[in-house]
Amino acid sequence: MLKNLFANYYEAVSIILFGIGFTTLLLNRNMIKKIMGLNIMDTAIYLFLAAKGYIFGRKVPIVSGDVPEPENYINPIPSGLVLTGIVVSVSVTAIMLSLTIRLYRRYRTLDIDEITRLIKEEK
Amino acid sequence: MKPRSDYERSLWRRLVRFVDGEMPEAAKLHAGESGRNGTGKKSTGSGAEPLPEQEDKRERHRRLERAHEKEAASMLERYRNWPKEHGVRIFGRLYAVAAVMLCLIIIVTLLVTVSYLPEFGQSDNPNNNEVVERYNAHGLEETGATNAVAGMILDYRAFDTLGESHVLFIAACCVMILLRLDDTKDRKRAEEENDRLYEPKNDKILQLAAKILVPVIILFGIFVILNGHLSPGGGFSGGAIIGAGLILYVNAFGFEKAGRIMNRKNYAVISVVPLLFYAVAKSYSFYTGANHLESGIPKGVPGAILSGGLILPLNICVGIVVACTMYHFYTLFRKGGM
Amino acid sequence: MEFVRNLPFICIVSALSTGVISSVLKPRVAKLLSFLLISGSCIASVLVLAYTMQTGEAFVYSMGHFPAPWGNEIRAGVMEGVMALFFSVIMLLSLLGGEKYLKVDIEASKQNLYFVLVDLLLSSLLALVYTNDLFTAYVFVEINTIAAGGLIMVRSNGHSMLAATKYMIMSLLGSGLLLIGISLQYDLTGHLLMSNIQQAVGELAAQGEYAMPLTVIIGLISVGIAIKSALFPFHAWLPDAYGYSTASSAAILSSLVSKAYLFLLIKIIYRVIGTEVFWDSKITNVFFVLGVAGMLFGSVSANKETDMRRMIAFSSVAQIGYIYMGLGFGTQLGVTAAVFHIFSHAATKSMLFVACRGLSEVSGNWKEFSELKGSGYRNKIAGAAFTVGALSMVGVPLFAGFISKLFLTSAALETVSLKMAIALIILAISTVLNALYFIRAVISIYTPRNEKYQDSTFRPGITFCAGMVCFIFINFALGLASNPLIKAIEQGLRMFS
Repeated sequence: MLKNLFANYYEAVSIILFGIGFTTLLLNRNMIKKIMGLNIMDTAIYLFLAAKGYIFGRKVPIVSGDVPEPENYINPIPSGLVLTGIVVSVSVTAIMLSLTIRLYRRYRTLDIDEITRLIKEEK
Repeated sequence: MKPRSDYERSLWRRLVRFVDGEMPEAAKLHAGESGRNGTGKKSTGSGAEPLPEQEDKRERHRRLERAHEKEAASMLERYRNWPKEHGVRIFGRLYAVAAVMLCLIIIVTLLVTVSYLPEFGQSDNPNNNEVVERYNAHGLEETGATNAVAGMILDYRAFDTLGESHVLFIAACCVMILLRLDDTKDRKRAEEENDRLYEPKNDKILQLAAKILVPVIILFGIFVILNGHLSPGGGFSGGAIIGAGLILYVNAFGFEKAGRIMNRKNYAVISVVPLLFYAVAKSYSFYTGANHLESGIPKGVPGAILSGGLILPLNICVGIVVACTMYHFYTLFRKGGM
Repeated sequence: MEFVRNLPFICIVSALSTGVISSVLKPRVAKLLSFLLISGSCIASVLVLAYTMQTGEAFVYSMGHFPAPWGNEIRAGVMEGVMALFFSVIMLLSLLGGEKYLKVDIEASKQNLYFVLVDLLLSSLLALVYTNDLFTAYVFVEINTIAAGGLIMVRSNGHSMLAATKYMIMSLLGSGLLLIGISLQYDLTGHLLMSNIQQAVGELAAQGEYAMPLTVIIGLISVGIAIKSALFPFHAWLPDAYGYSTASSAAILSSLVSKAYLFLLIKIIYRVIGTEVFWDSKITNVFFVLGVAGMLFGSVSANKETDMRRMIAFSSVAQIGYIYMGLGFGTQLGVTAAVFHIFSHAATKSMLFVACRGLSEVSGNWKEFSELKGSGYRNKIAGAAFTVGALSMVGVPLFAGFISKLFLTSAALETVSLKMAIALIILAISTVLNALYFIRAVISIYTPRNEKYQDSTFRPGITFCAGMVCFIFINFALGLASNPLIKAIEQGLRMFS
């Protein structure tokens, strides 16, 4: 079991990153740090997927020569999934940042608990 | 007729309060109770003259009661203030501990899972199956693209990518909702408040560097887009490069100059038309594919720029959309729109 | 091939394109296009439903020139048809009822963007209903999340901004878990297409290979979706999000967005993991426990609320708990009851949200009970709709809620004794609590004491009336003639496997 874990060290590292990102997103109070956590989490998933696509001794799936040989190329699917994931992550980050800007302009703080308190007082 | 003194505590009154949505406040109840006790005492007091020693006893009793009440009140006070004074600190610490614990639990569970997964980089892993084989072996003849990833995302699994480009579009809409300033008065005020919006338009070094770099960056972006089906790259990466070039340009030369090309009207056209073309083109290919019709789109000679059927035009569309969106994000964040 | 098979795909793509075009149109035109689109999607769904019922089997539609495991694919059966029809109808009515308030709640220059969000939301709902590919589901889940966040934040005050932030954070956590779950399962099975995954998972489970990763995958995907659909301990975002957004948004969010995730979960149970493997895993017990806890917690919190919108929102937490309890039984009947509860709750809750906005409109835009007193007389149609909704939520016969509670009870009677006992007791307690707070609300709006807001010139508006009347009609229809729908659900679930 442990041997397998060391063989899968890319996945192991990406999982550790995922846990860190997840916890930062869930439990940090600072909005900017939350967004950083989100990005760490997403990046970890991309690392995981990219690692899953790799096969020892094979090349990028850009076909050269007239006769394509499938034994020469790595798995292209995870790369495509990562591409989709990156676009989603960019979009979500932009939205979260603009929400942060709006909240900061109004309440002059990035601490989400503080913002909650201020909004409650406002009422 | 004297009103009932315990009216406030009666079942009906409580029901009415509940229906009205008023909370039964502990303080209110307490006040009502002590008031009732007071009136009760008065009536007995006026009835008979108390004896001195009795008076003394009663006085002491009352004092005790008052001290007791005071203590209770301060206890209540402390109880109420506890979250403010101590609670936050303790809660903060608990929170930190819980955070670390949760992080560790997630990591350990997933690490155990990873240790059971198929080994890294082996060719006989379950994900290296007939799907991958067909992508790599027949991708070139079926899509006309040398880059198997481009062929996969824009031809085999094009529906995902169609959704993906709309994710970017809807994100731009949300950011517009949040940050776009439509009123010119608002914009002026924002400009006055925020001195970061002040634009020195005579930064010679930056302008010279931008003059040299921006054309190269944009050209490189175009190259990446046009070769998306032949080499690494494609619409998304090329679009991001062009967007970076545009942002550098606007930083060096100011919004006024950039606005001659990238203004609201132009943005509306160049973000909507490519997306519509994308949707129409892909609908055509979905429709023909599902109904087993010939699409009639030539695949071209593999390896040439003009090859790969719809992949090249779609890459161009995606590139334009991504470049515009990146630039638009920047302008929205900086000063509320173009 | 019959033309009707093209309709699901045409609906999805035209919803996407309508959204894109609406971003450059005037709000009036955008609104008109949006209504046209949703009505079109209603008609298309009816046709798809009729076609699948007639042929008696589901059909797949490959998106492109390549067959299933290589290309993308969508699939339509009776279940999908019913869901798509239902989502379109509820969305149409919610927009119709809340249309009047959009002008008040949203800045004039950004009203067309609201319809962009609505169109894209519709496309993502339809795609989630029809998809047969796990990764396509993920992409459209993201569109759904972002569009829903946009619907909350479009009313730009501090409350809704914070609510949107909380919603986005929780949803993104859910998306992250869902994505890592999908990635892990891709590693084990090598497929993203639902039917292929089911086959591979069945083989793995039969051989006993990868038992531990399989459980973790089921857990990750389930928890991800549970966070997004606000199951009990993950519901923190819900009261704010539903309580402070504009009426149409609250109705759409409560009745469509969270329900789409629930439907996706049911689809995953049946078509990705397979019922046998899923029922065998202990996750159904987790669903059951959390669902029951949510029922109690939601009802108790709703009792404590003095704000009507937030009360209805907390009631949603309880109702989501009902649905998860139905899934937690781990039986066919339980899932049928859960699906029916999805329908009845969605129809009722959206009506309640819109009616609540109508009531607070005649009470100086307050949402507190003390201000809403007598509002049922001032806005009669909203009062009637609210009463119907409240009675349905409590589970009075004749209304939709009664049938779903009846089904949940009979599903409970079929399970093991411990689960049955807990489910019955909690159902009883929750019904009593429901009755307490909803009857309180109804009494409150019909207490003729508040003379503060007397406006004899008030007219509820034709769109609002139309929306409310249709909602009331649907509620009675679900309550009085539920048999065809239940037959359709059963048939649909059979087609799933």
